[in-house]
Amino acid sequence: MTEWFADNFVSILNGLAIGSLLFILAVGLSLVFGMMDVLNLGHGALYLIGAYVGYQFTGGVSSWSGFLTALAVAAAFGAVAGLILSVATQPLVGRGHLDQALLTLGVALVVAEVISIIFGDDVQNVVAPPGLNESIQVFGNTYPAYRLALIGIGAVLAIGVWLVIEKTSLGALIRASVSDREMVSAVGVDNRKVKAGVFAFGSMLAAVAGVLGGPVYGARTGLDETVLLLALVVIVIGGLGSVRGALIGALVIGQVESLGKALYPDFASFMLFGALALVLIVRPRGLFGSKVGAG
Amino acid sequence: MSVEPAPSTVDESVARTSGAASPTGSARRRLPVAGLIALVVLILLAAVPLFVAPFQTSMLARMLIFALLAVSLDLLVGVTGLPSLGHAAYFGIGAYTAGLVAKYWTAAAPIPLLAAVAVAAFAAAATGWLAVRSHGVFFLMLTLAIGELIQQLAESWSEVTGGDNGLSGIPAVEVAGQPLSLVGYVYWYILFFAVLGFAVIWAVSRSPFGAALRGIRDNEPRMRSLGYSPFRYKLAGFVLAGAIAGLAGGLFASQQFALVTPADLGFTTSALALLAVAVGGAGSLWGPAIGAAVVVLIRDVYGPDLDGHGTLVLGIVFIVAVYSLRNGLAGLATTRFRRRRSPPAADAPGSSPPSDPTPPNLTQATSGVPPSGGLPANRQEGHGVDEGSKVPGTDDPPRHADDPGERRS
Repeated sequence: MTEWFADNFVSILNGLAIGSLLFILAVGLSLVFGMMDVLNLGHGALYLIGAYVGYQFTGGVSSWSGFLTALAVAAAFGAVAGLILSVATQPLVGRGHLDQALLTLGVALVVAEVISIIFGDDVQNVVAPPGLNESIQVFGNTYPAYRLALIGIGAVLAIGVWLVIEKTSLGALIRASVSDREMVSAVGVDNRKVKAGVFAFGSMLAAVAGVLGGPVYGARTGLDETVLLLALVVIVIGGLGSVRGALIGALVIGQVESLGKALYPDFASFMLFGALALVLIVRPRGLFGSKVGAG
Repeated sequence: MSVEPAPSTVDESVARTSGAASPTGSARRRLPVAGLIALVVLILLAAVPLFVAPFQTSMLARMLIFALLAVSLDLLVGVTGLPSLGHAAYFGIGAYTAGLVAKYWTAAAPIPLLAAVAVAAFAAAATGWLAVRSHGVFFLMLTLAIGELIQQLAESWSEVTGGDNGLSGIPAVEVAGQPLSLVGYVYWYILFFAVLGFAVIWAVSRSPFGAALRGIRDNEPRMRSLGYSPFRYKLAGFVLAGAIAGLAGGLFASQQFALVTPADLGFTTSALALLAVAVGGAGSLWGPAIGAAVVVLIRDVYGPDLDGHGTLVLGIVFIVAVYSLRNGLAGLATTRFRRRRSPPAADAPGSSPPSDPTPPNLTQATSGVPPSGGLPANRQEGHGVDEGSKVPGTDDPPRHADDPGERRS
């Protein structure tokens, strides 16, 4: 057992890093869906914006100032984009998931195409900031320092989001909106403001995830679709609208992506969506899903 | 190539079903017009190879194929109320099956197509058996997962499918022992079967079976209480839609120099088919066919002029369609025939509570079903699943039978 663990240590670490990134990406998507029933297929495009912002500001040079600027710019971009998406989907409330999915899919197509017009179709690399740019020794394995940092950032964000959602009055409002938004509206809270806030926050995290994921996945066309599918799998497995579900879903999918590929390379591509299909069949509302989103 | 039988097929199905379905005056009045338009369109389509250059002819063939895919998806989305994000999977399965049968067994006329339909129907039955158990967004997700799984299969099973390079070297279709070598003949072959497939969907949609599917879409608990098994009906609809998508795929593989790649059954193809349905107007069947033509036109004709950024235009079309074409092109066309618009109050956005057991919110806005779900006391009780019952709770005038797209929203 310990031998097996030692053999696959790097894969497990990679899985944790991917899982951290996926959590940052998916938690916003999950909250927006759980609260407002909006299936935002434009979430991957927000990640893509973040990835290219990262490329633009670091430009292949390892620097802290560039990386931090990229993070700030991506966060601002994401928050504004989230507000726009929130306003854009408002007229579609009550018109069903399909219209919202179509709208956000259209937005995603436009964003991805505009990015490909501006930056071209080449694969771009984003370099990690100095200090995190090299490999270090972890229990006798050489491992990129940046990915360890990513695991740390993911853990910090997970704790932060959990604290906000579970321990603050703002979080109570969000949880209340997830479980019964009519009732929240009835006690005098403007649903649209809560929705806009959560949308902006979730979109900001998605764009930040784009910058953070840059040194791992780079910036390339088609990345938006890949990460969107991953995020959807994560939130469906975890259960829509649940932070804990998003975290566990992200960790599971991170390991499926990394450890699964290392152990069973022939079946790796089937495992991801096989896992999704399996969860949906056995527990149609996700592992931690409430009745929310049953529509 | 004989294309003669096709017009009568469509005409008969139109005449028989709308006559039976909605005995209202407006329906009777519009019926010959609709039939006439269908006939004229068909004659024009059949005459295309005689007047149009081969390149444009093959473009039209692509439109026909994509239109058939979109119409089969409309049977799911518009008629049954099951928005699928993985419908291209069955299209791709049909394409691979037809291509492999033609390449390794026989290219004699209907055999590759029959094989395509059979295998796609089988795949739809196997996957649909799981998928139709879920509702709303979970159905979207599950079909997405199934579509991705099948695409992964096509990519990784490279000994059979050719992997990422795709399946090429598919021989030309043989009719009576003669390979169809000219673009025009291939076009007629595709037109014949596309019209056949369209006629099948049209007939099914007008049949009592189609009415039951609409009933399940609008109010599943009530249909269950009336003794229908929603699961069986939805599964049957899913299999039929998959089979027709397989037929479209088979036709795709019968094009000249056909190349079938994993991208043909991926997310993008599914999304474009869904766009065609949305642009055309879900539930109308003919609307999505036109929507498909628009999509292919933008992607293949104007795309190259825009440096391959046709997707940008498609994205904009997506956005515009969602906002301004609530019922698609079909909605635009049918509103002209309505004597007065339904009052805006009927569109009041009562956002549905999550526990609403009615089928996906597709019909929410105009159907007037109380958000509490259950068995609402509709104002038109007793019509049951009759096509004529239309939208409970709205005071629209009687409409022609072929505008159920009205209610999609």
